[in-house]
Amino acid sequence: MKRTIIPLGPFHPLLEEAEFYTLHVEGERVVDVDIRIGYMHRGIEKLSTQKTWDQVPFLVERICGICSTSHPMAYVNAVEDLCGIRAPERAQYIRTIVCELERIHSHLLWVGLAGHFIGYDTVFMWAWKYREPILDICEKLTGNRNHYAMMKPGGVRRDFNPDDFPWVQKEMDKVITATEMFTGAVLDDPVLHARTKGVGILKREDAIAYGTVGPTVRASGIPDDIRADDPYDAYDRVDWKVITWDSCDVFGKAAVRLLELIESVNIVKQCLNDMPEGPIDAKIRAVPAGEGIGHAEAPRGEVFHYVRGDGGNSPIRHKIRAPSYVNIPSFKATCVGETISDVALISAAVDPCYCCTERMAVLDRGNGITMTGKDLVELSRQATKRLKEDYGAETPVEKTIRKLMTKEMV
Amino acid sequence: MGMEEKTALTAIKQKYGALIKDVFERSARRVYVTVDKKDVPVVCRFMYEELGGRLCTASGIDTRSGIEILYHFMFPPDKQIITVKTKVPKPSPEIESLGTFLPAAIWIERELYDILGVVFRNHPDPRRLIMADDWPDGVYPLRRDFKEPER
Repeated sequence: MKRTIIPLGPFHPLLEEAEFYTLHVEGERVVDVDIRIGYMHRGIEKLSTQKTWDQVPFLVERICGICSTSHPMAYVNAVEDLCGIRAPERAQYIRTIVCELERIHSHLLWVGLAGHFIGYDTVFMWAWKYREPILDICEKLTGNRNHYAMMKPGGVRRDFNPDDFPWVQKEMDKVITATEMFTGAVLDDPVLHARTKGVGILKREDAIAYGTVGPTVRASGIPDDIRADDPYDAYDRVDWKVITWDSCDVFGKAAVRLLELIESVNIVKQCLNDMPEGPIDAKIRAVPAGEGIGHAEAPRGEVFHYVRGDGGNSPIRHKIRAPSYVNIPSFKATCVGETISDVALISAAVDPCYCCTERMAVLDRGNGITMTGKDLVELSRQATKRLKEDYGAETPVEKTIRKLMTKEMV
Repeated sequence: MGMEEKTALTAIKQKYGALIKDVFERSARRVYVTVDKKDVPVVCRFMYEELGGRLCTASGIDTRSGIEILYHFMFPPDKQIITVKTKVPKPSPEIESLGTFLPAAIWIERELYDILGVVFRNHPDPRRLIMADDWPDGVYPLRRDFKEPER
């Protein structure tokens, strides 16, 4: 059969981030897929070596806007490994709560988007409705809906106020009721079954070969979870279980995330009850020379950080590996054999996050041209000028604005 | 924890003790094993295929005496990360690719070429990964001699 190549991207039909798939198809069937990334490369690993140990959490927090606390968590784990210390117990409980709240809102965000992708906007609106109270809890406890800036090497930056806890407990109970109802409704929905079951199979051996992590690997029946495999924070002191699913398809990935929601709510509730009194910061005076490895279970899977110091004020090397970096290559296994219409859904099922996967600076490309901010503004002006020449005196946008203005005047 | 036998590490020591130049047990959960660059594929293959280690990622660091490459393997039953460390000499760093038997290594090896200029021999897909297509050849942003252009 004749082979056709279909480009998908770099502006993705579903996601807000840029990546490029080349789909090789025969008829409706995908026979090969090539993934091109690099559109979001920002050079964060290099930037990190120009910051002090204490500044890096703020930088890595901005790798991703959704799992904004997983990167700082893995980073502080790495620095604490390098220093050979652990954070005080109270700080560990606070960290656990922040990480789990993040997992809840991230999973709900994904469930909503997944519903939206398959044209089921009711799921989208429900999921995002229930996500909102979680963000309120985050704001109450940490001061921010996102980018909590709680992590620091040796502890946390701010203490929680125990006066907030009864309110948070009450809100979490509401979340449990809502999630249980919602999980049941989604997992029993025949439309969702028809659309996601048997689609995008990631076989157990492929999941292992590509080294996939998080809900992606757990939906292939492998109980890999850093919170259990290499417990950090308070995860070895609370009661919870690793969620797995054996169906290997898109449905399995949704099921794992939905069931994890309830585990996470329970972890938060236990931590609020058991939180010990005490200091929240081990107060690291100096970071010795050496190397440290830290990882953390982000909503999308393992975040891996490696740092090396020379006894100075900043890391000399900081390697960051986000979960999507190992989950995305598995499309080669999941998309081949499926139809074109399923590719978008399959790719969404790993909850890919490209900002994290690539961590741009404007550089001299060897041809002597260096773009500055001024040059970019100038380029934009020229483009507007060309548009004006094409459309006459006004661009379509200007025309609309003028019309609106005159209307209001009348 | 700490006293129990770490099976993966013991197996590596037993089978490839002669190839291991150094074992540094940083803690019960973090171990660094140094081997010569020619022995990296055989040791890593054993860790992946026989012991069930998962390649988390590889880190590359430019040092005065060469480029260090660290392959981080996670062993969930042992609750341990074993890092295989090796050094490849400059100015033309080269090492055998793991991508031939371990798909998880394909992207990170392409990235290591992009940012440090390490050439992976027999790599199944030796293209750029994260740097732009018009990035000049022979310029590696994480090398010590890399200078950021004036802005």
